[in-house]
This record gives sequence, structure tokens and C-alpha cells, in this order.
Amino acid sequence: MTNVKHAGAGGKQPATTAASATPAEVSVSPGHARRAEELAERDLKQVARTLRRNILVSIAAAGSGHPGGSLSAVETLVALYYKVMRHDPSNPRWPERDRFVLSKGHAAPVLYAVLADCGYFPPQELLTLRKLDSRLQGHAHIMTPGVEMSAGSLGQGLSFGIGQALAARIDGRAYRVYVLLGDGECDEGQVWEAAMSAAHYRLDNLVAVVDRNRIQNDRFTSEVMELEPLAEKWRAFGWSVEEVDGHSIRDILLALKQAQGVKGKPSCIIAHTVKGKGVSFMENNPAFHGKAPTREELRQALEELGV
Amino acid sequence: MTSTVTKSATREAYGQVLVELGREDPNIVVLGGDLNKSTGTWAFAQQFPERFFDLGAAEQNIMGIAAGLASAGKTVFASTFAVFGTGRPYDQIRLSIAQPGLNVKIVVTHAGIITGEDGMSAQSIEDIALMCALPTFTVVVPADAPETAAAVREAARTQGPWYIRLGRPATPVVHQDGYRFHLGRAEQLKGGSDVTVIACGVMVSAALEAAEVLEGQGVRCRVLNMATLKPTDEEAIIRAAKETGALVTAEEHYIHGGLNSIVCQAVGRLCPVPVEPVALTRYAESGDPSGLLRKYGLTAEDVVAAVRRALSRRG
Repeated sequence: MTNVKHAGAGGKQPATTAASATPAEVSVSPGHARRAEELAERDLKQVARTLRRNILVSIAAAGSGHPGGSLSAVETLVALYYKVMRHDPSNPRWPERDRFVLSKGHAAPVLYAVLADCGYFPPQELLTLRKLDSRLQGHAHIMTPGVEMSAGSLGQGLSFGIGQALAARIDGRAYRVYVLLGDGECDEGQVWEAAMSAAHYRLDNLVAVVDRNRIQNDRFTSEVMELEPLAEKWRAFGWSVEEVDGHSIRDILLALKQAQGVKGKPSCIIAHTVKGKGVSFMENNPAFHGKAPTREELRQALEELGV
Repeated sequence: MTSTVTKSATREAYGQVLVELGREDPNIVVLGGDLNKSTGTWAFAQQFPERFFDLGAAEQNIMGIAAGLASAGKTVFASTFAVFGTGRPYDQIRLSIAQPGLNVKIVVTHAGIITGEDGMSAQSIEDIALMCALPTFTVVVPADAPETAAAVREAARTQGPWYIRLGRPATPVVHQDGYRFHLGRAEQLKGGSDVTVIACGVMVSAALEAAEVLEGQGVRCRVLNMATLKPTDEEAIIRAAKETGALVTAEEHYIHGGLNSIVCQAVGRLCPVPVEPVALTRYAESGDPSGLLRKYGLTAEDVVAAVRRALSRRG
């Protein structure tokens, strides 16, 4: 597995505190990015805790946002950004970089937390999320260093990732493309148009990860629109499919490693996750798909996370 | 009087220039959706198979893949019929291409009612409005085959998202080969001081024909080819309004959101004068192109009548 090319500046920065009027608990935690080989599994779990803290703090500071699907995707992004992808926070447009495409654009807070921690921008900028003049838009947009695709309307990321994967083929570049989709997002017909075409063009440099947290905007996915048998659908569309515990960094890494060995077809990893993971009152609670925690809820959540 | 007019299909000119561009620039990639033998992209597909991708009848996916290729540095031409390249994947164009301002050229064919016998479902009369509503897009409606070739070359040279609107049948040629396209500049095809007809696309030749008729009646009619709808050459519009005092717009598109709206927006703000539209006011039907143009009021005679109305309003 290839290392992160550049050790982010985030780890060397002092702990950041917000404006003096802001209570200590809404400061973001300092970054953790270090050379990947130094990061043992224990360290990665600590990174995940810090990312969860920063997700919640930034959404609380914004007063709106989507905590549930950000928290469920933390381990997937940790595995990718800290262990698998070749990327360079000091050169976000490095042509050889592996690409991460956040198709479920409402989960921008988890991507921002990771990018800040890796050193793409200063962690204190997380507190500007969704505010006027910020680079951190409510849904991911390419104005943010490290963000590949402008997203927000569901179902579009896989097609975008296919375009990048085809460009790699044309140019003879070795980079790989990772697309994160929500499970509710798989209601969108474009996802299946894209799935069909990725298999048709045998894109083995493309990996789709489905964050299977079983909750979409209103309710549980099984109530809104039955997705099962989801793995069989992807297989029927010509993909290599693995199902993993999406909160086990080790299992995700194994699946990603296996995907690197698949030839002649794209790979899909269905990451079984818990929406709102890490905060008792958010877990499996559809109410926290798109609602910011109150001050008291934030205090309790940070206490549970212990960071 | 039009019996000697040369006709040529804009989509054929597109197909030819695309092959030339493919030869000159290895960075050009073409996407299609199972209509490549109709849009003109087939020749490129045959010559550069490694840079051509047919995505089937899946236009949302086409636009998303176009965006991904462009983000990796490619100059992408995505082609299908006008109805399938605008309204159908509009949200994908908006989010994946327009908002990040990516270098994708959406070149559509079979636009307008002259698509003909396939009927109203196939006749795109709303596409200019849709595409002009996207802030980062350049919107071009070439008048004929030579202008198509020149505009497509300009698109390949210019960064950013473009929409180029082409037709199905052979239509009158008003430009010489080797014509130079000036992005964002209206082209004066005929001078005149009494009234100005501002036209785009297939209506440019109708406007020239009307101007000749009017000349015989003692009306000196200026004709502007407004091939670039966005960015709009407001200076040429206002100059025409000031110097001739009355305007007619002529377009093969619905009256809302197209050339007439664009001209009225400029004139209303900067130099109010009478503006009479020649445009579609409803959905059309199956039929042959020239019969449709007659029935739905898009002929040289309709332009002449509009000029008369504009002149009478000016007083």
C-alpha cells in the first residue's frame, strides 16, 4: 500500500481556540496528520475520535449541517487519507494524486475535518463552515483545497469519478479514484447509469464505497425505498463487491487492498455503518441526518467522545 | 429568390472540424450517447477510438463523466440531440459543469422545430433559455455551417463551459468558407439606418432575405447575426437601437428566455425602443421543416411583417 506522500502541517500546529467569547469545548482539536507508517491502528482510532469532534464542533458552530452521515463515514476517510491514497496537501492539484470524490456532498464536514487534519488548510478554518466568505461551503465545492468535485445534488459523483478514471487511462497515469456514495443516494437513477458504464469500460482503477448507514433524510432506507439486495445489484452490474464493517479501519483497509488486485472491473465496497456513530443520541437516529447539535448536545457528545 | 442558395448541415460541419481538432490536439475527448451517427461525432469515434466514449442513452451520466474528464485536464466535447443534452441532464450540467466552471463543450444537434417529422417531443424550443440561465456558460447559436466550424474551433481554444446549438437539416449558407468567428461580437451582415433585425441560427438567412425585400420597398434594414447569445454584445444592440430606432428579433426558439428576452433586457435598461419578436409562442408538431417554419411564423415574410409593426410603433 502506498504511503501518504506528504506529512501534513496540521500535526505541527498548536491547538487552535476560537474567539475569546467561544467556550473551550467548541474549539477544534489540533491536527494529527503524520507520516502514514507512523500511524498504528491505535493512533488511527484516535484520529477518528478527533475527526468526530471536529465534525460536531464545526456543525455546531455553523448552526446547521449533516452530522449523521458525516460521522458514519469517518473510518472510510481515515483509511483512505491516512493509509491508502497518495496525495500531497501542499499540492492539491498534483496530477498523480489519487482522487477522492465525495458524492454525498452533504457529508462535507467529515471531508473538511480530514483535509484540515492533513494540512490542506488550517484547522481553525473549520469554524467558518457554512458562513459568509468561507471556503467551506454547506455542500462540498471545488473552491476548498483538496475537494475534487462540487457536489450536493445526489447521484453525480460516480459519473465524475468515471471521467477521472478514464482520463487516467488516456494519459497512462497510475492514480486511482475513490468515490464515496450514500446508501440513500443509490435511489438516484444516475448511480446505475454510471455503474453500468464503469463496468462496460472495465475501470479497475475505480472504487465506489457505499456508506450503508441505513438512514436517509426522512427515515430508514428500508421504509423510504428498499435497496436490498444491494450487493447483488452491484454484482449484477458487473462490479467486484466486498461488504465490510465500515467502522473497522482494519477491515476497510483489507477491502481496499483487495480492490487494488481486482483486474478488468471496478470495485464496490459496501461499508456497513451506524449513522451518527460515536454519539449515543445520534446513533441510528434519523433526526440527526441534517440537524446541528445544540450547545448542550455538543457538550454531551464531546464528553462521550472523550476528546 | 432563394432557389440558388447553397445549403449545408451544421452538424456535418461539426463532425468534420472535430476530426481536424482531434488530429491537432491530443487533449480533446468526445462523448456521445448512442446518437453518434446523427450528431456528426462518428468520424471522430472511428479515428480516435481511445479518446471517444459512447455512454449509451444515459445523458445524466454523460454530463457527469464529461465533468470528471475536464477536471483531469481534458477538453471535452459532449454531443447528443438538443432535448437530451439540455433539459434531460440539466441538474448534472448545473452542478457538475456550470458551478465549478469546467471545460466542457456541450454541442447539440437537432435543435428547434426544423428537426421536423419527429414532432414536438424532439423539437427543442426551450434550450437557449435553459443554457443562458447558467451563469458560467457561453452560449452560441451558429447561423450556418462555416460559422459552426469556426465557433467549434473557438470553443476548443477557450477554457470554460460552452453550449453550441446546431440543427438537423441542411440550411442556407450565409458565410464564406474561412469565415472568422468573433466570440461575443454581433456580426453586421447588412447595413441600414431605418430598422435592425437581430437574428440567430437558421433565422439569419430569413432576416437577410427579408432585408432584401424591404430594400425594394425603400426600407433600409440593418441585419445583425447574434451568434453569441452569452456573453451578449450589448454595445451592438444599443448602437442599433440608437441609430435605427426600432428592432426586430428573429429566433427559432420559444419567445421566453431566448434572443428576444436578451435584446429586450439590454434595450429596456439602456435605450428603450420598439422591439418586435419573431419567435415561437407554443409547441409545434410533426411535419417537414419548411412547412413548420411557415405554419409557426418563422419565415422571411414573418420578419418583414414584424419590421412593419416595429416601424409603425416607432411612428
